[in-house]
Amino acid sequence: MWRETVSRAAILAVCLIFAGPASADPLGPHRLGRPATPDAIAAWDIDVRPDGAGLPPGHGSVAEGRTVFAARCAACHGEAGQGGAADRLVGGQGTLASAKPVRTVGSFWPYATTLFDYVRRAMPFDAPQSLSDSEVYAVSAYLLHLNGIVPADAVLDAARLPAVAMPNRAGFVPDARPDMTTP
Amino acid sequence: MPPSPVPLFGRRSFLAGALGVSGGALAAEGPLQVPVWSREQGRGVASPGYGVPSSFERLARKPRTVPAFPGAASTSTPHQHLHGTITPNGLHFERHHGGVPAIDPGQHRLVVHGLVARPLILTMDDLVRFPSVSRLHFLECSGNTPAWQTTNPAWTVQDTHGLLSCAEWTGVELATLLDEVGVKPEASWLLAEGADAAAMTRSLPLSALDGAILAYAQNGEALRPEQGYPLRLFLPGLEGNLSIKWLRRIKLGDRPFQTREETSKYTDLMPDGTARQFTFTMEAKSVVTTPSGGHQLKEPGAYEISGLAWSGRGRITGVEVSVDGGASWRPAVLQEPVLSRCLTRFRLPWRWDGGPALIQSRATDETGYRQPTREALVAARGTNSIYHYNGVYGWQVAAGGSVRHVA
Repeated sequence: MWRETVSRAAILAVCLIFAGPASADPLGPHRLGRPATPDAIAAWDIDVRPDGAGLPPGHGSVAEGRTVFAARCAACHGEAGQGGAADRLVGGQGTLASAKPVRTVGSFWPYATTLFDYVRRAMPFDAPQSLSDSEVYAVSAYLLHLNGIVPADAVLDAARLPAVAMPNRAGFVPDARPDMTTP
Repeated sequence: MPPSPVPLFGRRSFLAGALGVSGGALAAEGPLQVPVWSREQGRGVASPGYGVPSSFERLARKPRTVPAFPGAASTSTPHQHLHGTITPNGLHFERHHGGVPAIDPGQHRLVVHGLVARPLILTMDDLVRFPSVSRLHFLECSGNTPAWQTTNPAWTVQDTHGLLSCAEWTGVELATLLDEVGVKPEASWLLAEGADAAAMTRSLPLSALDGAILAYAQNGEALRPEQGYPLRLFLPGLEGNLSIKWLRRIKLGDRPFQTREETSKYTDLMPDGTARQFTFTMEAKSVVTTPSGGHQLKEPGAYEISGLAWSGRGRITGVEVSVDGGASWRPAVLQEPVLSRCLTRFRLPWRWDGGPALIQSRATDETGYRQPTREALVAARGTNSIYHYNGVYGWQVAAGGSVRHVA
């Protein structure tokens, strides 16, 4: 507590000296916490948006992804992503309006960036956040290829991944409720 | 295999008659004796220091089906054995996607950044110094009540409506923290992220944050680990998955982040193959908890029908109960106080004549919305939605007094 108080006072003093009291005060009205600098939070700032914001450097190919998938993913998702103890990842295109819809990366997911974001933050299930960024690009490329979305020689990176056209990109609509009237 | 029938109170057969012991049973018991617990001293104080239920109680959360991954699963609250509206902390439902992390609160941090003037890193010691609030609210998983396609006569209300609990949540209003960091005018959404192995993330529009709390306490004590210890987001009335547990980061942005959980999961597939997205609100719903699936009524006579009603859009204004499969409805008594976005207990005295009876309830909230029938729900949304089932639910009392779910 004492050390934090001293450091906060020092931060404030720096601001007053270099920026003046009216601008760039790093703390809010309760004077609690410390500034979240980009360097301090880099390891946690891992979200990726559909426009590509947040995608890291690195790249991965379908072929590299096949190797990563076999070693780290296939035990739960099946050798070809057909599903096992964990979700099916491949196929199902054209089934969403049927009695037995099959929701997969290929049939349902609207953004390829979401695949990268999710694999990087939560997979593999037995060791989350253990893949390198290039491995995540590679396994994303492999899954998109298994779904017929990118060719066998595809290499994905921060520029190419957001440009991948997902089949169900237009399949989502906003909440339409309440969707029934009181009888 | 259906569970063996249980009495209305406790788990012991000798307590089965608490609400309906027959004259014959009383005679068989004979004159009252002075039991041993009245003739010797009981155990002393603080044994144990943190008290536990009576050894005669056997309540437990449980999963509906055996999960493939115990860390990515759910357990549900045994409403068929609970009273009132507050869920004991050890029985609050669970839904995890990467297990329950063991977080040292001294090392936990909350980052608030993105489109803000003053991005901050906060400790738990920082957070408890902000002005705080305590509010009673329900929390319901949007996957509660798996009735779109399947039904199982053996289901209890724990199986059908157990991904629902209610507690007093204490913490800092999210609005207070957003003022602290200074949200920029161009910000319109935020991303909330957990520190668990799923690093669970959801996007929320700033317009959906009414009453949002950064909660660190639940029914007076620190959050249970299963509920996000030491810090969770709590969003009253919205689908449970949005109330990110083990909260480590909030990022302000100008559009949704389109995470896995708000695209491939927690979206509602319609008959035309499109999926409704950002379906946050838990609409008005109710269920009878006594008598309910698995209960056994001992004999004809006086009983109390009792249940729970709730709405993510505000207060419950009325609950009607039918004992004839919806041919006629009677208003139930609502237990005061009736709070917004909180469980409301309803009750109705009933005399069971010993014949078949189909018991149902339907709730109305302050917006005038009334809980729909299953037929109305399916007509509007088909049967592939998975989430947000809030149809009228029924329990069939058979001539012998057994109680089973019916579609």
